[in-house]
Amino acid sequence: MSVPKVEEKLFQNRYVIDAGHPHIRIVDPARCRSGCRQPCLVCCPAGCYTLDAGEVVLITDGCLECGTCRVVCLARNLEWKYPRGGYGIQFKFG
Amino acid sequence: MSESFDAIVVGAGPAGNAAAYTLAQAGLAVLQIERGEAPGAKNVQGAILYADALERLIPDFREEAPLERHIIEQRMWVMDDESHIGTHFRSNDFSRPPHNRYTIIRAKFDKWFSKKVQEAGALVICETTVTGLLRDGAGKVIGVQTDRGDGAVYAEVVVIADGVNSLLARKAGFRAELAPKDVALAVKEIHFMPKEAVESRFNIRAGQGVVIEMMGKITQGMMGTGFLYTNTDSISIGVGVMLSDLMAQRLTPWELLEQTKAHPSVQPLLEGGEMKEYAAHLIPEGGFHAIPRVFGDGWVIAGDSGMFVNAVHREGSNLAMTTGRMAAETIIDLARAGLPMTAEHLAAYRRRLDDCFVIKDMKKYKDLPDIFHANNQFFTTYPELVNGAARTMLTVDGVDKRSKEKEIFACFRERRSLFGLLGDAFKLWRAFR
Ligand SMILES: Cc1cc2nc3c(=O)[nH]c(=O)nc-3n(C[C@H](O)[C@H](O)[C@H](O)COP(=O)(O)OP(=O)(O)OC[C@H]3O[C@@H](n4cnc5c(N)ncnc54)[C@H](O)[C@@H]3O)c2cc1C
Ligand code: SF4
Ligand code: SF4
Repeated sequence: MSVPKVEEKLFQNRYVIDAGHPHIRIVDPARCRSGCRQPCLVCCPAGCYTLDAGEVVLITDGCLECGTCRVVCLARNLEWKYPRGGYGIQFKFG
Repeated sequence: MSESFDAIVVGAGPAGNAAAYTLAQAGLAVLQIERGEAPGAKNVQGAILYADALERLIPDFREEAPLERHIIEQRMWVMDDESHIGTHFRSNDFSRPPHNRYTIIRAKFDKWFSKKVQEAGALVICETTVTGLLRDGAGKVIGVQTDRGDGAVYAEVVVIADGVNSLLARKAGFRAELAPKDVALAVKEIHFMPKEAVESRFNIRAGQGVVIEMMGKITQGMMGTGFLYTNTDSISIGVGVMLSDLMAQRLTPWELLEQTKAHPSVQPLLEGGEMKEYAAHLIPEGGFHAIPRVFGDGWVIAGDSGMFVNAVHREGSNLAMTTGRMAAETIIDLARAGLPMTAEHLAAYRRRLDDCFVIKDMKKYKDLPDIFHANNQFFTTYPELVNGAARTMLTVDGVDKRSKEKEIFACFRERRSLFGLLGDAFKLWRAFR
């Protein structure tokens, strides 16, 4: 079975992007490298966390605002807020 | 906005809407704040609406609420990779009005509910995120800080109904961070098709609906379930698993969803549909033991933010509406008696919850989450065994039935000791009793 990319799913969604104001931030990238099993890579339903040359990279544009990454980041290495009012995912159906 | 209100409600989901509606109906000055573009824009559900909780608020809701289909049939499927075995319960009784369960689409439903809240007299402000609670020197909550204008708004009491993540309660120290073993992540898609296709595939008439709950191999050994619900001209399909299990393996949530959709029992039901949205949301499933303190000086918590979900029966929105309503009724009583909104007086809210089905039901199943966590055979071995047993009995191949029974029993014994089998049965009996 060929699994469609998550981007194809996210493409169906409606977002109001707050350019330049990501609502989630990795506090200390060094802690992602040392000792963390990096559950955010597997658990994020929007694939916002990827590995690039050994670094965990976070791009929040497709974020569904579920909160999963914050809960599984047991190192408490994320600064996690909701987007400003009116921005972010706007579910058409939910 | 340096105005002052009798009550501020944070969030316009079912909990916040029930609270704001009840408060406004009683004539209190209510401000409700929602961060989405419109109420519902941030919210995700399966979604089954249980009529009772809403009926207590808006008795004639059936005449105007955007309801998709009333449920006349419930299927429970236990699955392995190739098969499912299960039960169907369908009754003509469920076709007679007033119906007791409906499928809904949350974005539409929440918008409608919010219109009722506004008609009742509450001031509803969207596109505004509450960033924190305002407190006086003694720690009493006196209002909220928002990301709009000068930001601060004041009230006698704040109803915290900001959903499962409840950043507000956490920031204020009213609740701890969610533990991965207490929350499930659900991912879902909605697939559109002509309503005639929905009706012929599920053997139903106009307005009637079917729900399918799935467990077994579709969650790949993780504690969780899948679901498929019929809407008017669409189908909602999703799967949810506990975060503690998800983080311990390598499959992404969308791969899990793709596998569910590709299961040979599911795939034909979705065929030809057009996928129009992919959503994800957490569900609090820690049960009774995970409920935090739900009141304090100047504040109460309702709905998912108070972890009020009965995962066994997939009830959440009804608990949200009920807790929201009871929080509001407590506040109304105090306001009418001229009493201050202190922890001492707001404690009446918790007593109300204790006396109704909300806490009673959650107490009843208090040990179930732990049992499922400690015994993943309920999600792996058993589904395979029962499907295997059915396949053996239903395959006509010249082997006599008694030998088949022996073979099945041997299979069970081999995969799980007799002691284990009895123990599992006992554990489940104790938990469901
Ligand atoms: C996939 C799935 C299937 C489900 N199926 C069912 C089902 O079939 N039946 C059922 O009864 N329940 C079901 N549930 C559970 C149900 O959806 C929830 O229990 C219910 O939505 C809880 O309502 P709530 O009002 O407490 O929270 P929510 O509905 O989450 O509402 C919280 C609101 O607060 C807003 N908010 C949050 N923070 C802020 C802030 N800082 N400032 C301003 N606004 C804020 C949000 O935007 C949101 O509108 C399901 C849940 C999921 C995820
Ligand atoms: S879980 Fe947290 S610490 Fe670990 S890689 Fe992800 S963001 Fe970094
Ligand atoms: S909140 Fe959810 S969707 Fe957004 S980055 Fe975190 S895990 Fe991914």
